[in-house]
Amino acid sequence: MDQASQAASQATAPSTNVETIDVDAVNKKEERSLYKARVKIYPKRAKGVFRKLKWLVMAATLAVYYLAPWIRWDRGPNAPDQAILIDFPARRFYFFFIEIWPEEVYYLTGLLIIASLALFLVTSLAGRVWCGYTCPQTVWTDLFIWVERLTEGDRSARIRLDKAPLSVNKVARKSIKHVLWILIGMATGGAWIFYFADAPTLLVDLFTLQAPIVAYSTVAVLTGTTYIFGGMMREQVCTFMCPWPRIQGALVDEDSLIVSYKDDRGEPRAPFRKNMDWETRGDCIDCNQCVAVCPMGIDIRDGQQLECIHCALCIDACDEVMTRINRPLNLISYDTYVNHERRAAGEPEQKPRIFRARTVIYTALIALVGLIMLATLITRSTLDINILHDRNPLFVKLSDGGIRNGYTIKILNKKHEIRRFEIAVEGLENALVTVVGLDGTTGLTVPADRLAQFRVFVAVPAANAPDGREDFNFIVTDLADGNRAVNDTVFRAPE
Amino acid sequence: MAHNVEKDDVTGIETTGHEWDGIKELNNPLPRWWLWTFYACIIWAVGYWVVYPTWPLISSHTKGMIGYSSRQDVMDKIAEAKAAQAQYLDRIEVASLADIRSDSELLNFSLAGGKSAFAVNCSQCHGQGAQGFVGYPNLNDDDWIWGGTPEEISATIHYGIRSDHDDTRYSEMPAFGKDGLLERQQIGQVVEYVLKISGQEHDTAAAAEGQPVFAEQCSSCHGEKGEGLRDFGAPRLSDAIWLYGGDRQALRETVSNARFGVMPAWTNRLDEATIKQLAVYVHSLGGGE
Repeated sequence: MDQASQAASQATAPSTNVETIDVDAVNKKEERSLYKARVKIYPKRAKGVFRKLKWLVMAATLAVYYLAPWIRWDRGPNAPDQAILIDFPARRFYFFFIEIWPEEVYYLTGLLIIASLALFLVTSLAGRVWCGYTCPQTVWTDLFIWVERLTEGDRSARIRLDKAPLSVNKVARKSIKHVLWILIGMATGGAWIFYFADAPTLLVDLFTLQAPIVAYSTVAVLTGTTYIFGGMMREQVCTFMCPWPRIQGALVDEDSLIVSYKDDRGEPRAPFRKNMDWETRGDCIDCNQCVAVCPMGIDIRDGQQLECIHCALCIDACDEVMTRINRPLNLISYDTYVNHERRAAGEPEQKPRIFRARTVIYTALIALVGLIMLATLITRSTLDINILHDRNPLFVKLSDGGIRNGYTIKILNKKHEIRRFEIAVEGLENALVTVVGLDGTTGLTVPADRLAQFRVFVAVPAANAPDGREDFNFIVTDLADGNRAVNDTVFRAPE
Repeated sequence: MAHNVEKDDVTGIETTGHEWDGIKELNNPLPRWWLWTFYACIIWAVGYWVVYPTWPLISSHTKGMIGYSSRQDVMDKIAEAKAAQAQYLDRIEVASLADIRSDSELLNFSLAGGKSAFAVNCSQCHGQGAQGFVGYPNLNDDDWIWGGTPEEISATIHYGIRSDHDDTRYSEMPAFGKDGLLERQQIGQVVEYVLKISGQEHDTAAAAEGQPVFAEQCSSCHGEKGEGLRDFGAPRLSDAIWLYGGDRQALRETVSNARFGVMPAWTNRLDEATIKQLAVYVHSLGGGE
């Protein structure tokens, strides 16, 4: 801002000291063009309730991300003591008291269903809360802007610095900023890998250059993406790369609380003048503070738009101005379309309806999926068998005319101790079961937290051989605690 | 044509001068990210030429700085696998078949190794699942012409059956019909008798006639009751398993013309550890004794 306009703004609003900022909403609809190069946005610092809330959410989400792998959880011997661990080499996923094997990945599916339904619910209640407060892109971009402000100053100082000719000061400030960004990126990538191995061991390995190559390359890739997404691309990720802005339009309705500008109260907008009559004009004094703080480069007064991530910083900016000029707050606020229409019709505002068909349905679905998951988790078996019937040959004729079938049976021992089992069949008359490598059908030993494979033969005399096929069950019983697993398979014989 | 630039009215962008049915192509620049990726690829390629083998020469090719070779890579991987297997193979080489079967580590290794050796060397005749074909025995069942203990199986694999090895297993059944040893009617009677002792439908009168013929001509090898004799490699006739088929017509064919197959000796083709693994594997198929 040049001195002339600064002087002008001081002249127009000496009593309230609200500067009118010469800022263009670079991403507003009229300026949208696929071939246009990106115009850099210099978000001004906002102060207020929502800014504070965003700092808190940022602190909480970053704390969870960085600290979660360091939480310990005792699972007894023969098991890792890390609360959250995705163990690819051993093919196990640990989450506090939950431990799942690869074939139980449907738990993850359930979790993702709940997550997406929760996203739908929150969006239908209060718009893009996820985008504005908790999305990693928002959190890290916010962090990067904070670093930028620390090294280069606020909006106007940054603009001046960018326009200034090359100098030691400029190079120093820019270098420090980029170094800090890269360090944050490295910490981000560094924290990620701790979810995939024992964190304390990996930390030591990482610094003594003992860690696997994939750890270093993961850190490198995530450092790069964090640096590029948070430092360079910023709002472009949301506008051009993310599908969520396209979906959200279908998720909000007329009762959703959405960051909006009350045009019915603000218009007609006009610059602030002393001793003017508020009755004949709107409350918006066109100071452009809401545009200056916007990290997306839009003007909220243009109404709902795809770029808006509902970060609510414009609410803070506007409320500050309204306080200074002594007008009611909430010219920009979380507002519903219903109330917008009611005000237009001269009716009093109503409280936002929280219980609506869609919020109730979303909640019910979340509860349902959650209960199903809980039920399956509680009844999760620590013993499972997989049976593979031999296909070649399907059956073998024995010298006494009897028929024998071969099976490969895998016993999954999901306990962290060695277990011994007995195998039997059910539903096949006069069947003789033999296990390769064992005398008899008992003493099938499976190591702790492992799967063991056995070759099992089932023979029936000619008189009992079924015509073609017959279904029957294998039963595996833990010799120690009587825990059983039953699985059905087929016995084949000539037709 | 630089001197005659045409600009599109709507977008203000110059056209390339190409026109198809009134549609003109705008000369939009390449997206910058695309262009930079393209340049980066070129730089990458130059680096690749230096580091990796790339350019073909007349009789060879450039070797690259790090001397990478995909062939060498495979050789290393094979050597690595061989080294990893050696600890088991060395033990299998000296262990007895009984020792291998009682050591779960060696047993599992032998079953896996035997399976792949079987697929390469044996499955052509005996089938992928060792289920056999007419004339090629099924190795899953419990009927063994030459014995089904691991040691007997191992001996069969070593020396073969009717092979060119000195220690080969050998047996020969006379062609009773072709060589005129039996009359047509006698052959018919003895076939009925064999049908009877194997528990199949038969002509009782003819079978009674066939009994003395069988006792005279067949029992010295196949046994009094057709129970077979392994020393002579004479199959059991009183069971449900037939190498060349057990119905009336197949039996007549066998008695008239005699049939027997050949299995090669593997002792000089496969190493001792492989034969041991094969013996353990075949024994594990379900019929092992």
